[in-house]
Amino acid sequence: MRRLWFLLKKEFRQIVRNPFMLRAIIMVPLLQMLLLVPAVTFQIKSLDLAVMDNDHSPASRELLAKLSGSSFFTVTSTPADYKQAEKLLYSGDADIVLIIPDDFSEGLAGVTTPRLQVLADAVNATNAMLGWSYLTSIVFDFNRDILINQGMTPSAIKGISTSPRFWYNPTLNYKYYMLPGILVILIIAIGLMLSGLNLVKEMEIGTLEQINVTPIKRWELIASKVIPFFILGLFDLALGLSVGWIAFNIPFEGSLLLFFACSAIFLVAVLGLALFFSTMASNRQQYLFVAFFFTMVFVLMSGIFTPSESMPQWAQQFNLVNPVAYMIRINRMVMLKGSGFYDIARDMAALSLLAVAFISFAIMAYRKRA
Amino acid sequence: MKRFLAFVKKEFLHIFRDYRTLIILFALPAAQILIFGYAVRTDITNAGIAILDNAHDEVSSELALKLEASEFFTIKAYLTSYDEIDAAFKKGKIEEVVIFPEDLAARLQREGNATVSIIADGSEPNTASLVTGYTTAILNDYSASLLQRLNTSTPVINPEVRMYFNPNLKSHFMFVPGVITLILILVCALMTSVTIVREKEFGTMEVLLVSPLKPWQIIVGKVAPYFFLSLINVIVILLMAWFVFGLPVRGSIALLIAECMLYILMALSLGILISTLVNKMENAIIVSFIGLMLPTLLLSGFIFPIENMPKGYDYFSMILPARWFVEIIRSVMIKGAGFVYVWKETLILAVMTLFFIVLSARKFKVRLEEGSK
Repeated sequence: MRRLWFLLKKEFRQIVRNPFMLRAIIMVPLLQMLLLVPAVTFQIKSLDLAVMDNDHSPASRELLAKLSGSSFFTVTSTPADYKQAEKLLYSGDADIVLIIPDDFSEGLAGVTTPRLQVLADAVNATNAMLGWSYLTSIVFDFNRDILINQGMTPSAIKGISTSPRFWYNPTLNYKYYMLPGILVILIIAIGLMLSGLNLVKEMEIGTLEQINVTPIKRWELIASKVIPFFILGLFDLALGLSVGWIAFNIPFEGSLLLFFACSAIFLVAVLGLALFFSTMASNRQQYLFVAFFFTMVFVLMSGIFTPSESMPQWAQQFNLVNPVAYMIRINRMVMLKGSGFYDIARDMAALSLLAVAFISFAIMAYRKRA
Repeated sequence: MKRFLAFVKKEFLHIFRDYRTLIILFALPAAQILIFGYAVRTDITNAGIAILDNAHDEVSSELALKLEASEFFTIKAYLTSYDEIDAAFKKGKIEEVVIFPEDLAARLQREGNATVSIIADGSEPNTASLVTGYTTAILNDYSASLLQRLNTSTPVINPEVRMYFNPNLKSHFMFVPGVITLILILVCALMTSVTIVREKEFGTMEVLLVSPLKPWQIIVGKVAPYFFLSLINVIVILLMAWFVFGLPVRGSIALLIAECMLYILMALSLGILISTLVNKMENAIIVSFIGLMLPTLLLSGFIFPIENMPKGYDYFSMILPARWFVEIIRSVMIKGAGFVYVWKETLILAVMTLFFIVLSARKFKVRLEEGSK
């Protein structure tokens, strides 16, 4: 026990001696929270609309006014011909081009069918689809006004409108959705990157051999590597959470104790993975690559960006052994929905199982090398 | 020159001996392409919805049929009361509930306008806004057809849409360019900074510096293998995108490769710059990872569109080379745009590259004593 104490002292001294590391420990959660959380959103603010008005009539101008009046579209340019309109799509200066043909007002007067042509840049499919559905709603409203002006009774104009409501997150605040996920990435950054590199470094510069010939026991060595980063990880998590609280006023519905308990289990799982990977690598560059590969796969598959429930079967099966998937689900449930211990007991149990498994793998793998 | 070539050969050997890194170097893009192609999708196909039909008339059943017939939705459940909605969401499997009001057909007949309520699960904001948008589009379509049925002489505007570049609205058109951007930053900036700092840390940089090789030769020799590896990686990703998703390069391949080379050069010079600024491998890794990887992944517009970000972030993303490269590669690859459309972004990248090279040349220390604090 005394030996472990000395080892821990050595580890902490090494961390404190590297001023860069200290700064990183403080700056990483700050940067992640303040820089990333507000930026990662799929919510569309506005789309750039180009309007090519070939009709130049009061009706086309009125439609234009209606479109620019909506907060969803910003009319940015008025191309003169089709070629120019297409060019705007290629250069990305317009997301959607609306072409009002020269017989538009004639059509509204009943001579022909009034037509509108819409060209949408669909590289971003979400923007294109939502832009199109907004546009048709506005055009329908406009059409209704025209018909009423022409003397039709409003009740004769049949139409169905929609009124969407969003439960659990009424304003569709994306920050609430992403912040629990970014906290998980934070734990991975500390737990997987810093701790694993630390052990591989001892291997690479040969000091691990020196430690191996001392009476230090294996578990003492591993504990001395795990405990400092466990503490650092929890510290950074608390820091990140406070920043999120202060800066974004994120609601915290559930129990803080439960949140930290789950995070602690997750941190153990991550540290176990870090130790396991470090036995697979012979230098820090290799470790970095292995760790990065698995981080990438775990994080992307976890449902942090898109719901994991809508992923194909194989992805959901993979997520059974993906600690990040459990943690993201737990975080969102505890933070946003206020789920209690019984709601997340299954996920917690699975996470604990994974933590035990990873730590045992790491100890077994380490034994072979020493 | 012979000495230089021998040095480059040594560096190549170093890398090829490390088969573990090599495997991951190629497994990483492959895994990403597959994950983004099949698992992480932001498009909607067959999203589960539930119907709460209080009307039970011909309009509500026609609308339900229309929703079911679209490729976007599958009706997973028919609810009988409002109280069942919460449980239906909690069970998962459905993204929204469409509620038809009691007197839908009668109301439509009497007042002309009826409102269909949609309740979506806001805890997944992206899916929520997408499914409500798609539902609205389908109902708008129905409204237009109602007007047309009314009387052939009534002027009903008929908007037609042409979805450019991606008519099937697939999300992997967004992601493939992003994967290239990310992998290149990883291989070039991260790997270069780490290898050079490693030489510094082990003291072998001193050995190299006292050799007859000039400093620039050492640096070029160090980064040359990564240049080639990155190019091979780009080609692998493009081939995978083609064979797995049928995503062709619409623009000129020569232009695409040239732009990739510029970006690789930029990333390499960024890696060299980082290596001149830090002395420890961990520090290089933290700088590259936090300063490059995360912003590239999240702020370059690769997953989350830049237009959606708050105002200041838009400007911040301008200093990220990845943002410009994502733009370029999307234009060339997906839109088939020519050089005239991307010259501005190319110029910005070129200026950035030059800036990084000049800065790292000035920072590069031929002597080491001041570096080892």
